[in-house]
Amino acid sequence: MATITTSPTQRRAIEMNILARKQRSLWGDALWRLRRNKAAMVGLAVIVVAALMAIFAPLIAPYDPTAQNTSINNMDPLFTGSKYTNAKFLLGSDELGRDILSRLIWSARISIVVGLVPTSLVFLIGASLGMLAAFYGGWIDNLIMRFTDIIYAFPDLLFLVIIMATLRNSPLGDLMGGLVLMFVALAIVNWVGLARLVRGQVLSLKEKEFVEAARAIGVPTKRIMVRHLFPNALAPVIVALAFSIPGAMLAEATLSFIGIGIKPPTATWGVMINEGFVVFSQSPWPTLLPAFCISIVMLSFTFVGDGLRDALDPRTQR
Amino acid sequence: MPELLEVKDLKTQFFTRDGVVHAVDGVSFELAAGETLGIVGESGCGKSVTALSLMRLIPQPPGKIVEGSIMFDGQDVLKMDDDDVRAIRGNNIAMIFQDPMTSLNPVLTISRQISEALELHLKMDKAEAKKRTIELLELVNIPSAKKRADDYPHQFSGGMRQRVMIAMALSCNPKLILADEPTTALDVTIQAQILDLLKNLAREFRTAFILITHDLGVVAGMTQRIHVMYGGQIVEKADTGELFANPKMPYTWGLLRSIPRLDESRKAKLLPIEGLPPDLIAPPPGCRFEPRCQYRREICGKQVPELKHIPNAKPDHEARCFGTQEGGWLADTDWRHDVGSVAELEAIKQEIADLPPEVKRVEAADEKKEN
Repeated sequence: MATITTSPTQRRAIEMNILARKQRSLWGDALWRLRRNKAAMVGLAVIVVAALMAIFAPLIAPYDPTAQNTSINNMDPLFTGSKYTNAKFLLGSDELGRDILSRLIWSARISIVVGLVPTSLVFLIGASLGMLAAFYGGWIDNLIMRFTDIIYAFPDLLFLVIIMATLRNSPLGDLMGGLVLMFVALAIVNWVGLARLVRGQVLSLKEKEFVEAARAIGVPTKRIMVRHLFPNALAPVIVALAFSIPGAMLAEATLSFIGIGIKPPTATWGVMINEGFVVFSQSPWPTLLPAFCISIVMLSFTFVGDGLRDALDPRTQR
Repeated sequence: MPELLEVKDLKTQFFTRDGVVHAVDGVSFELAAGETLGIVGESGCGKSVTALSLMRLIPQPPGKIVEGSIMFDGQDVLKMDDDDVRAIRGNNIAMIFQDPMTSLNPVLTISRQISEALELHLKMDKAEAKKRTIELLELVNIPSAKKRADDYPHQFSGGMRQRVMIAMALSCNPKLILADEPTTALDVTIQAQILDLLKNLAREFRTAFILITHDLGVVAGMTQRIHVMYGGQIVEKADTGELFANPKMPYTWGLLRSIPRLDESRKAKLLPIEGLPPDLIAPPPGCRFEPRCQYRREICGKQVPELKHIPNAKPDHEARCFGTQEGGWLADTDWRHDVGSVAELEAIKQEIADLPPEVKRVEAADEKKEN
């Protein structure tokens, strides 16, 4: 820069001039990058649609998802144009004559909840334990980390299957058709990854000078953790959580498909695939439609997660 | 007049795998309210550790303050419990760190960071703290302070950030500010501005400050007194003018000789201090500077000289040197011209040459890190 500033007034003027432009904040910057990412925006749109579907399911769904009408069962979707269709069922009906469209819409509810609730639990448990371990170190760190190692050592799916299979018929397993147990199981299995991530972040952050500076103005330890360290560690945590949501949804579908997840007659995409599989040879649609829904939502979350990672990680800036 | 700060025989050590590092080894000094003091010394001589010890910010483990007392305003900082120390930090003693690039939290706005101390210590609510923050930013000459208060640190230049750090240090009107190399990370052109600002504000608010630096030029116009540190000890104490006019310790001479002077002929060579800084795990048995001193005698390697008043000097001028103390052989030495014994210089150079190569490599690596 070859600008020569001679007087303080002049310098001031230049300074003000620069300030007249809108300054971008850290998060504003990330948001801007995210919005330029087309895949992420498409994904976000799909997720918003799915979320709206979930929220307004009772209003949108044409029928009660569990109402049976065995006289007109196993109908194909209207768009197939086959002779086994019924104008009442836009996407056909299943073996028990339940409207597939209504079931798909209601399933979105379960999927969104299964995506969000365990992820919140994972966030709470993982972030706080990871932060405690890193900040205090010593035996606390050792205890927490050895515990996570033990959980980490189990294959995720096996662990989930064990929890679900053993506790399925306990009082906990009956709450809300197995939903609560599903939350707990997913949280137990998934918090370790986040705890490790947060611990790693905080370990490197706590040696930074601004932490010492905060100590030097007398900020108490708890406040340093919450106000100074945590916001700095947030970016990778957000990305991890964005990927954890579809993970939880898929796990629910997987467990429901093998019959140890959410209990029928509650409609979830996994349960629907499970039930549709039985009649697959007669009609593939009861299986394909929920599978399609899962794929679309998963893909959307993955796009958004990728977008967030690119937006929040300055190293991937192009 | 009661002293604001009275440090007695402070010893801070670090317990490492290689042994105990005697980082601060028996440092004593006083500071009156509103007084300014410079602590000068090369890298690793214990300046920063002294400052951190004053606020009990030594990372523990591995560090520990093993001995001594730090009386601040009539209370011993070393005997306080953690809550009391926290109440003092930022409120009565504030610190300005070396690198403003890293000592501000990148994800919090400037205003939130300055407000923090105000909310913690002065129990201000958010609106009051914000108002005061803007006043403070104006005080340290940040243009359009109101707008900039909500900016993030990365939107400020290095000099501006150091101004923010000064504003933060001043926020609770502390009685003492510790400035640990506040200008080292800044452009030379900005250095003078920051130093002026610090000096003027300290005078305005009657705040005592301790300026820690390795640069004698920085303290020259800044502080009333200077303490020179070497190897974890204070080796010379004097008024600023007296120290530059009449230094009484060969280490100080070496420091002064290694600074270029405007009034010297262009051909005059700078004379560096030969040798390596002392190993603080196993410090030399006698005077800490003896292994590098060209004026040394036998006694220097055997006995640690005490910090004593020097004849032919102002009353509060003290130095840790057998040569310049009462009856010493350096009483009349003109340090500007007499650079000491050539034979000793050769001996020192030889000692370094004889060091095993891995030691030298470690030293070189250390130096690289410093730079």
